[in-house]
Amino acid sequence: MHGLVNRAIERFVRDTYGRDTWLGIIGKLDLGFSEFEAMLIYEPQVTAQVLHATSDALQRPVDEVLEDIGTYLVSHPNTAAVRRLLRFSGETFEDFLHSLDDLPDRARLAVSDLTVPGLELADQSANVFCLNVYNPDGATVRFGPVVLGLLRAMADDYGALVFLEYLGRTDTCERLRIHLLASAHGKGRAFVLGAS
Amino acid sequence: MKVRHEFCSIAPVLDRLCPMHAVLDRHGQVVHAGPTLVKVLPDQVVVGQTVFDLFKIRRPLCDGSMLALLRLSGSKLHLSMRAPPHTDLKGVLVPLHGPQPENGCGHAVLNLSLGISVQEAVRDFSLTSGDFAVTDPTVEMLYLIEAKSAAMDASRKLNQRLQGAKVAAEEQAFTDTLTGLKNRRALDAILARLIANEQDFALLQIDLDYFKAVNDGLGHAAGDHVLQVVAAAMVDETRKVDTVARTGGDEFVIILTGVTDAAKVGDIAARLIARIKRPVTFQGQPCQISASIGAALTCDYDVPLVSRLIEDADHALYAAKHRGRGRYVVFNPRDGLD
Repeated sequence: MHGLVNRAIERFVRDTYGRDTWLGIIGKLDLGFSEFEAMLIYEPQVTAQVLHATSDALQRPVDEVLEDIGTYLVSHPNTAAVRRLLRFSGETFEDFLHSLDDLPDRARLAVSDLTVPGLELADQSANVFCLNVYNPDGATVRFGPVVLGLLRAMADDYGALVFLEYLGRTDTCERLRIHLLASAHGKGRAFVLGAS
Repeated sequence: MKVRHEFCSIAPVLDRLCPMHAVLDRHGQVVHAGPTLVKVLPDQVVVGQTVFDLFKIRRPLCDGSMLALLRLSGSKLHLSMRAPPHTDLKGVLVPLHGPQPENGCGHAVLNLSLGISVQEAVRDFSLTSGDFAVTDPTVEMLYLIEAKSAAMDASRKLNQRLQGAKVAAEEQAFTDTLTGLKNRRALDAILARLIANEQDFALLQIDLDYFKAVNDGLGHAAGDHVLQVVAAAMVDETRKVDTVARTGGDEFVIILTGVTDAAKVGDIAARLIARIKRPVTFQGQPCQISASIGAALTCDYDVPLVSRLIEDADHALYAAKHRGRGRYVVFNPRDGLD
């Protein structure tokens, strides 16, 4: 798995629960290092090991941890670059939803060897969308809950009011439903093209 | 200001397709400006000014008349804003009635782009994606710049950490862990470099006298302590540009860079011997040692060779030991030992 994924789990734990919690988790796995390098590739099972150890240490189900990681990626100041890159996708939350199909290509443009799940958005009505999340072959992590957390945070970021559902999964695909209740509910956070 | 001629019908089209444009009349006066152009020229009434008031046309050369500008129709124009921050722009002028500069200038459209200065410009003018045409890939380009910078940043950090690890590993491999001096490997590299660069130096072979007695009588810990004290003394008595290496149990080599005077080498050797003779105490026990030194200087050879220098310095060291402990001898290749 790409180091960026492992690094995201690490940063989430360290920034949310502190360094000691992280060192406790990574120490138990006996990997011979305590920090992931964002730009290296790791064995796929390492990601699953880290994730389960995190779930044990935090005493929370894996899916909840994954959803929190998705939210963390968008909302924490230490990962501001991710939020900015996502905001380039559209001017409104609806724009953003419609550009989700391009997300894997956008990710590849940034980091050519990063494989992220395929996304497919289907309109069910004017305000209801279905999103299929196709996990990459051999992925040891299900990305569905991550996407769910990420969408929740992005809706907030755009100031949209949404209701999100995790509908279920098959072997390769997870299905989410997005109810867009109001696209301009809150103020949202400002986004300017030119980074300061 | 309303434009009362046939061109106003295409203004909304132009506003959508190329929002950073200006429609110019036959005198080069702006009769209509696209919304993004208005945004990048804040605090100015754009309509009514001439294109030459607003922009400096840098290339191709143009005498500042509309006639000359029309002759450049279709070519790539390099312009910059007259007002701060003097942003550079790219542009192209297209006449609305076809190119007919000779028989009176008609209206023309000047379309502009931020070109390579786009990153600063979006910051300077707080542009949003709505300020660019839907088909314009500028926003994607900005995304790409930012994504690549972030990825590059992560790679750079990784490189720095790897570089740090490499330096630490090399440092270890070139360092004698007990004394912190250079080891044999480091010494060989330095000698090879000095010879290759044809730099003169003096090579001192140093053997500790009575060290075995300290080691056997007071134990290895005492021996190690003595070696550390001696190493520190050698570093202290030499300059930063010199090299002090531990090449064996109680054997050391010092390279005095740039030294070509045998008398000076003698002085330094005498000083080192006097310093090493000072008794060292270890856990209340005095450890008395001394040092014998043999030296050779590159300037004494027509073509200095590392192997020959070491051999001759060894001869000198042997002679020094032979004359009694705590002596030094400088080798002279012309008449043997000094």
